[in-house]
Amino acid sequence: MNQHFAPVTEVMHPVGSRSAGPHDVVRLIELKRRFGATAALDGVSLSVRQGEILGIIGRSGAGKSTLIRCLNGLERPDTGQVFIEGRDISRLGERELQPLRRRIGMIFQHFNLLSAKTVEDNVALPLKIEGRPRAERLARAAELLELVGLSEKAKAYPASLSGGQKQRVGIARALAARPALLLSDEATSALDPETTRSILALLRDINRQLGLTILLITHEMEVIRSIADRVAVIDAGRIVEQGPVWSVFADPKSAITQSLLGGIRPQLPAEIASRLTQNAGVEAILRIDVAGEAARSPLLSDLASAVPGSFRLVHGGIDHVQQQPVGTLFVAVAGSNEAHLAQVIAFLKARNARVEVLGHVANSV
Amino acid sequence: MSPILFELLLRSIWETILMTAASGLISLVFGLPLGLALVATDRGGIAENLWVNRALGAVINGFRSVPFIILLVALIPVTRLIVGTSIGTWAAIVPLSIAATPYYARIAEVSLREVDHGLIEAARAMGGNRWTIIREVLVPEALPGIVAGFTVTLVTLIGASAMAGAIGAGGLGDLAIRYGYQRFETSVMIAVVIVLIVLVCGIQWAGDRLVARLDHRN
Repeated sequence: MNQHFAPVTEVMHPVGSRSAGPHDVVRLIELKRRFGATAALDGVSLSVRQGEILGIIGRSGAGKSTLIRCLNGLERPDTGQVFIEGRDISRLGERELQPLRRRIGMIFQHFNLLSAKTVEDNVALPLKIEGRPRAERLARAAELLELVGLSEKAKAYPASLSGGQKQRVGIARALAARPALLLSDEATSALDPETTRSILALLRDINRQLGLTILLITHEMEVIRSIADRVAVIDAGRIVEQGPVWSVFADPKSAITQSLLGGIRPQLPAEIASRLTQNAGVEAILRIDVAGEAARSPLLSDLASAVPGSFRLVHGGIDHVQQQPVGTLFVAVAGSNEAHLAQVIAFLKARNARVEVLGHVANSV
Repeated sequence: MSPILFELLLRSIWETILMTAASGLISLVFGLPLGLALVATDRGGIAENLWVNRALGAVINGFRSVPFIILLVALIPVTRLIVGTSIGTWAAIVPLSIAATPYYARIAEVSLREVDHGLIEAARAMGGNRWTIIREVLVPEALPGIVAGFTVTLVTLIGASAMAGAIGAGGLGDLAIRYGYQRFETSVMIAVVIVLIVLVCGIQWAGDRLVARLDHRN
């Protein structure tokens, strides 16, 4: 937890620079995969540490599905290596991959439950594939259905379940063979927001209780925010940014990250944005990004007592990501005195806030 | 209807049922694996092999394009080789099976192809091999369609078996032609039609019931 209090700039790992540690469940080195003329993966290097939840986010077509499928050999990279628990699986044949895949659970956007099997038989299927006796399979299935809260549905068929229940069955099935790694392929994208929250909470519980390493891909920042420890942003087959979730939220470096964050971070209201000019006006509009200590301190009241002149809050808020306050405030500073504005900015910067003058408005809004 | 004709009718019913059931069973035993092979060897299949796929497809299309009455006669040497004779009910089962197998293979292929690819991927992600995918995913998931298709095949076989009279196999169709049509025994003709309707409805009803029991898709 301590590292979360370090200044943002030190926590950010430059892309691809981190050397692999002994506790990496997954280590990808320079993965490349082309489909015809397009590169789905264009040199991806990434590590997933033991016990963490790593979220990979990107727009559709960014290469995340190809990436996650490389981890259990459903997809083969053209070049590069995929180490799972220290073993390179990228050149293994189908037959050698099969026992390895039993160490990796996977859940899917559309659940992929077998309609012809009951819930318990679905959950027990990975064990059947392993050749376990039926009694053991059913005992394990009952245990897992208990864990996901669906014991009473053991004899039901998947068609009678709701989407959230289906995904719970999917999770139970993925855990049946006691995997070392869980892959989640857009597992909540087909679910409504409330069900999404409950499925994410379940994944979080499983991660904590069982110490299970989870790698999830999503296009929703909200999913990353809710459960991931670290995030990697993928765009056009490359990891453009990665780091602890709160630090990426606090200081998104790439345009794609900023745009993905757009949906869940405060944005300058459109009616103000449309009136911004670069000429001095009645008020200057500032965007202030705060995280960690800066967000915890009485920043605005300190500003008021330190720098004379009035200002008002236009929009914004402080969110908590991984127990860290991360916020964006839009402040209108009265007057267009350059020196005064410079004083305000200097004060805020001294308090570790990031400040950007967005422009001026001719009259107050 | 005279007692003799009635006895003939009963014998014909038995011959029709025998021909349909035996060739139906054979077409199931050979057609389903053929259908599986067609799906598995196709592009993106679990055992992709386009040359095998094309070869299988061509053979199946070849058999399916020959009208049954011609197949019946053209296969006489094969029949003689397998059954030892080229006439009679058992002799008709050979061409009926050979005609129904590719027919059923195509029907099974359609059902198997409809199995969601995501389910196959899930089984692969669990570490399943091809055999697991066939046994746990493809066949169980396609089973309602496989059974419904088998019902259709049986009904088609009842129709086709009417032509088997051409090689002395007997059956209801033969009876209707020889007595109902050629000897103007209208009562035989009507009886045959009624029996055929009952047979077809019975098979369809049983098939539908079975499909409803097997189908858990919604």
